[in-house]
Amino acid sequence: MKPFTRVTALACPLPIANIDTDQLIPARFMRRTRKEGYGPVLLHDLRFEADGAPKPDFPLARPEYGSAGFIVARRNFGSGSSREAAVYALADFGIRAVIAPSFGDIFAQNAVNNGLLLVRLPEDQVEQLLVKLAAEPAEITVDLERKQVEAPGLALPFTLDPVWRTKLLNGWDDLDLTLSHRAEIEQFMAHDASSRPWMMPDRSV
Amino acid sequence: MTGNPPRTLFDKVWQAHVVRTGEGGASLLAIDRHFLHEGSHHAFAQLAEKGARVARPDLTFGVADHYVPTRRGAGQAIDPAIAEMVERLERNTAKHGIMLFGLGDPRQGIVHVVGPEQGLTLPGLTMVCGDSHTSTHGAYGALAFGIGASEVAHVLMTGTLWQRKPKTFRVKVEGILGPGLSAKDIALHLIATIGADGATGHALEYAGSAIRALSMEGRLTLCNLSIESGARCGMIAPDETTFRAIAGRPFAPKGGLFEQAVEAWRQLPSEADACFDREITISADEIAPIVTWGITPEQALPVTARVPDPARETDPVRAEAARAALDYMGLAPGIALADVPVCRVFIGSCTNSRIEDLRAAASVLAGRKARVPGLVSPGSSGVKRQAEQEGLDRIFREAGLEWVESGCSMCVGMNGDIGQPGERIASTTNRNFKGRQGAGVRTHLMSPAMAAAAAIAGTLADCRPFLAGRKP
Ligand code: SF4
Repeated sequence: MKPFTRVTALACPLPIANIDTDQLIPARFMRRTRKEGYGPVLLHDLRFEADGAPKPDFPLARPEYGSAGFIVARRNFGSGSSREAAVYALADFGIRAVIAPSFGDIFAQNAVNNGLLLVRLPEDQVEQLLVKLAAEPAEITVDLERKQVEAPGLALPFTLDPVWRTKLLNGWDDLDLTLSHRAEIEQFMAHDASSRPWMMPDRSV
Repeated sequence: MTGNPPRTLFDKVWQAHVVRTGEGGASLLAIDRHFLHEGSHHAFAQLAEKGARVARPDLTFGVADHYVPTRRGAGQAIDPAIAEMVERLERNTAKHGIMLFGLGDPRQGIVHVVGPEQGLTLPGLTMVCGDSHTSTHGAYGALAFGIGASEVAHVLMTGTLWQRKPKTFRVKVEGILGPGLSAKDIALHLIATIGADGATGHALEYAGSAIRALSMEGRLTLCNLSIESGARCGMIAPDETTFRAIAGRPFAPKGGLFEQAVEAWRQLPSEADACFDREITISADEIAPIVTWGITPEQALPVTARVPDPARETDPVRAEAARAALDYMGLAPGIALADVPVCRVFIGSCTNSRIEDLRAAASVLAGRKARVPGLVSPGSSGVKRQAEQEGLDRIFREAGLEWVESGCSMCVGMNGDIGQPGERIASTTNRNFKGRQGAGVRTHLMSPAMAAAAAIAGTLADCRPFLAGRKP
């Protein structure tokens, strides 16, 4: 996983609330394997007409945002289905961070597990950013070490779960950490099997 | 006199599964049940890449549901791309020695219907699945939540999962629910009240006299919809209703082991003076039959209301969201919801496809004709058999609705059961998101009785007059 320290890139404004994971990746594309790449189908039905032509009034469909590294959106971004493909679509498109007032819980966990940073800012600050970005396309900087979003004339501090921050800064996944506790897990499970024998599925019938 | 603070149901189940707590406060939880479905292919791909094995195949079960065709009689052609998704699950589970309830298995059905039906869902368990509606199983007092593909891979490889402890949120519903109303109405009322992100970061516990009075089916519907308010999970304390529902199920403990389990389960309910981070109380008699009018489950109103006018919304962000929703839904502000014509109905999904749901829809439909086409997909092959024994299939067919096999079907349309662009569907599912039931399709969420009423009326409709004088 790519570590995230300090990234400067174009930020695409999406002044929409409740962009759920069905919008981020419509169900019909989920048969794809990861190797095929999910970037081209990110926000597919918002970005493209039925005939495949880009929708000119949707910012991310415009050519100038083809290289966007950030999305700024309204509340409850990534709510809905647990499909991790929603994060694959953002990551494969080149999005490194999403800035919004709130995020779906499962989506947020999936994001960390794929090196995508989610920045929570208060609603009024997000609106401020959206106004700036609507005026003209602009690069912004997200600094995870300093926990700050920097836009022309703005410096917005944010907070993030320390465990998630460490993972993102280093590009770590959980598995190695968990496997280092293997003995402890086995001990726990052995004890549990004797104290809760009813927990095991009864396969006798 | 232990000096320990009184604990909630959630606290008890959580604490019993903590293997260790890491720096920064995340806990490594032991996982008691792990369900897989066709969508788990990304996780199996991660396993294959690492050459890893499944740590607890004995606690892992596969179910074919998301992609299964619902019209699968002899001679029915199956799209090869869809068949491949079901076969990929068959190959992956077989390779790792995981029991599968696949296509053709008499136990097949939607994962969140099959778990309880087979006695795999039990109080006090930790349960996960790569599906957000895993919250359903909390109806039994389990700590059950949806996870993403990387987490599925992690659980497969280790039998554990790192989790940050959510805050707790108790929703009390007191009083008696009016006739014709159901758990679906409670859930939509709650989501409309607190918002689609109103419980984000929280574990919900549903309590109060109206919850105690709910059947197991109703409790499952309510917990199923927890995720639509953003909650991590939803739980209901196990009681006699729960124990009765478990006794004799195929994979449930039997005999002395069952007695021992019930003893343990009786210790689970929240202690009287346990503290919750948040709490609200809803009066059951304030709840009316509800339909959604927009593109998120929070955009819901009593069916007797009118489509809201965004111009009257004082918050500009909400006003814009309402405008966008009405634009997608093709609705004008101010019209009566009961005047909105529908093109099609769907009765099914892990929210509302259990036997009680089908009975509720059938009691509205019996002896009547639907004005619009519709699909009824039972939640499991077992539910289908029972419904047929009770003659419910005949009622649906005689009303003009199609009675098909079990699967996720039009809830998400992955199997090809979708509506046409612009179609308006009265649906018992859980998400009215744009395009959820097919590109451009407009979904209105409601209870099974309400969907049945819409089928007869040809418009969104109050189910209560249709139920007058009938067995509810
Ligand atoms: S019925 Fe719908 S919500 Fe339930 S598991 Fe299937 S796709 Fe998910």
